[in-house]
Amino acid sequence: MNGLRAAGDLVARLQMTRGMRLPEAKRLVADRLGVSVRDLSDNVVMQEVRAELGLGRVLDSEAPYPEQPTAMEAKMNIAELLDLPLNCVQKFRERSTVVERRSAGRAT
Amino acid sequence: METTFPTRMGDGALVEMTRTELRRELEDGSARAAKVAKVEPLSEVELDHLEEIFASRARFTGVDIGDEVVLTYDGTGMLPAAKIDGLVQYEQSLAADSCELFHPDYCFNAVRKVQATEAQLMHEAQNRLTIPIHYGAQADLGRYSAPDGPMPNWSELLPEGRIDEARAAQEAAAVLAANDMRQVAEALWEAGADGIDFDTSAAAGDAEFFAVLETIRGLRRDYPTMSIEVGMASEFVLGMHGQIEFDGVRLAGLWPREQMRLAAQAGATIFGPAVNVNTTRSVAWNTARAIAILKPCLQEASIPVHVNVGMGVGGVPMHVCPPIDAVSRVSRALVDLLHVDGL
Repeated sequence: MNGLRAAGDLVARLQMTRGMRLPEAKRLVADRLGVSVRDLSDNVVMQEVRAELGLGRVLDSEAPYPEQPTAMEAKMNIAELLDLPLNCVQKFRERSTVVERRSAGRAT
Repeated sequence: METTFPTRMGDGALVEMTRTELRRELEDGSARAAKVAKVEPLSEVELDHLEEIFASRARFTGVDIGDEVVLTYDGTGMLPAAKIDGLVQYEQSLAADSCELFHPDYCFNAVRKVQATEAQLMHEAQNRLTIPIHYGAQADLGRYSAPDGPMPNWSELLPEGRIDEARAAQEAAAVLAANDMRQVAEALWEAGADGIDFDTSAAAGDAEFFAVLETIRGLRRDYPTMSIEVGMASEFVLGMHGQIEFDGVRLAGLWPREQMRLAAQAGATIFGPAVNVNTTRSVAWNTARAIAILKPCLQEASIPVHVNVGMGVGGVPMHVCPPIDAVSRVSRALVDLLHVDGL
């Protein structure tokens, strides 16, 4: 589905985490992004949408995006947009606050 | 004289066939599936569509715009010294929808010994990639039998007629395998993995499938949001044990629909059926056969189905570098006729 060039990773996440069949997963992602289902695999449309929502983009040496989110920052936005509990985002939040670490008793 | 079209054999060899010959291959492949798997043969409309896909001189073919499906993998990033860079290449250069970190041994038994370093790699990979990252390996029950493992070798016991001992050895091996799979899955999840791919499941038969299903059930209970993909080793679960059951269903002899039902019951979120390829028959024959076998599975699927289309399964030729003309025809045929959720 063109991965990060379009919306393949987003549809994949709903299949992987929610066990959604393809039509249902495509519909939900399209609704959350405010685009048509057909737009999801159109990298021309999705490059703009991903930039606007901060969902991460394919990097190109001729078009760097230093102001755009890093991978983890993009995944935080994806988790929020799709209302998905992304494991790495949850772990990142837990491990990047002293309060959480103290309450969890993390010694290492 | 009838025009010929370039097509492939199941071993990848390029051959020429007429439209009439291709049609005969498709009909025969479908009939063969109906006979061995006791499924309905493909309809005339379905055979017509396959004939259009294969009777073409095009280097590459594809699905209609908008009909694209999600791709998951059994191992991505083939740079041993730079595993994370390999994953990044799949994301950035190949536009993969997902990727999979793996150890070259690709076996939970082997990974268990190095799971800390594998988990560290996953941790770092999650900071560099945006697309979801599975960790993949296979149960590989044979690793637990002599001379490599602690259990008696059931492949030696069975020919000697020592059936009870062979069954006991497999049951004991399944316990060890399930423990390794659980430990590795937990370690990778704690490092931030999006999920676990239990690939090439049931390669050693029904006891291995049992170990995988039991592991998944436990993981789903304790990790409700973990992605769990089950990729099968072949179209039919071998009855190396013969009596082992999961949820009251005997595992020996199960075809993709029944495999999918149990994978979903156990808690998998993606099921990957595998249909074997006959290298002496054409890709058209193998594709028609695969589609007929898989159709009941897709019709009943309650979770996404990502059909295995690697080297030697699903209709793709058995070759280390499967030719793109064959891979694209097989992939399009599976999407067009079965409406698969992914590949």
